[in-house]
Amino acid sequence: MPETAKAAVPAAPLAGLAELRRVAIVPALNEELTVSRVIDELRAFDPGLVVVVVDDGSVDRTSEVAAAKGAVVLRLPFNLGIGGAVQTGFRFAYEHGFDIAVRVDGDGQHDPAQLARVLEPVLSGEADIAVGSRFAAEEGGYRSSRPRRAGIRLLAWIVSRIVGQRVTDTTSGFQVLNRRGIALFARDYPHDYPEVEATVMVFRHRLRLVEVPVVMRERGGGRSSITALRSIYYMVKVLLAIFVGLFRRNVVPQEGRE
Amino acid sequence: MTPLAVSIAGAIASFTLVLIVLELIRSRRLRERYALLWLVTGLTLTALSAWRDGLNTIAGWFGIRSYPPAVLFAVGILFILVVLLHYSTVISRLSDQNVVLAQRLALLEQELRVRDSG
Repeated sequence: MPETAKAAVPAAPLAGLAELRRVAIVPALNEELTVSRVIDELRAFDPGLVVVVVDDGSVDRTSEVAAAKGAVVLRLPFNLGIGGAVQTGFRFAYEHGFDIAVRVDGDGQHDPAQLARVLEPVLSGEADIAVGSRFAAEEGGYRSSRPRRAGIRLLAWIVSRIVGQRVTDTTSGFQVLNRRGIALFARDYPHDYPEVEATVMVFRHRLRLVEVPVVMRERGGGRSSITALRSIYYMVKVLLAIFVGLFRRNVVPQEGRE
Repeated sequence: MTPLAVSIAGAIASFTLVLIVLELIRSRRLRERYALLWLVTGLTLTALSAWRDGLNTIAGWFGIRSYPPAVLFAVGILFILVVLLHYSTVISRLSDQNVVLAQRLALLEQELRVRDSG
């Protein structure tokens, strides 16, 4: 397997990738139409990548499709929400000793072909977590409803003020993490819509986060998990979590391990 | 008019509720999603207690002339009902999930037994 992996890894900027144990975490909820393409694209980018599909209680054939593609399938007995689903993947990555975890959504909006750019800062040791941001560059390509964009921008502004570093896209699930990032998220990861709180958490644990401009695609199938009324609840809940979280001394509860 | 002592006591009690809820979230004993209703309850009661003219006006809408703080009781009871109803839905979901977990566990155990003996 190392031979094939080396051959497929783009040469210069990703040197050293083949020596690392790497896993792709793909949360999927009713994504039978897109998940198989996502797995194919991940393998096309890097055949040495172990693909883990976390099926968050799908009622369609997501699990079967993913298993047929040879992915590791973690089937949750019921819907945990994106936070719980993704953390299942991080726990798997942590317990199986992976060095690098890549997070790509099962709906196909994250293009694995752009993974090289997101991987780069983590591989070079510049960052513990690299996030693909829709807004870091001006090239655009991301279309979304106006209120949703406004919400994303507002959250980004607040988070930037809190962490003291410019963060443009706090809701992006297109991420690459090293072992330290995996360990943190395996121990503690926010519930519901986790990325905003997770971003603040990363900084409070003095991990280094770098944003990389990416262009996201239209969703391939399924539907967004965020509706209008929910996004209001989401905003309020996330803001509450962030502000209360600032008053925690031990951000992560210390459990046995480590 | 609402007795001043009632307004002060009401405001202090409601605001204490808000502080307790915030502390529970901070110490991770209460999740944000379950805390929101309590915060809305606490903040609404704090506002109604402290804003005496407002309480009188609202009491007037409902024809309560003799004792405006009755509105505080009514609002408090309303919120308690909503919180309880919310908890009932949460408990229902939890017991559904518990059934699924137990069933999955039984199937897993059976599969393990088959593998061990086979």
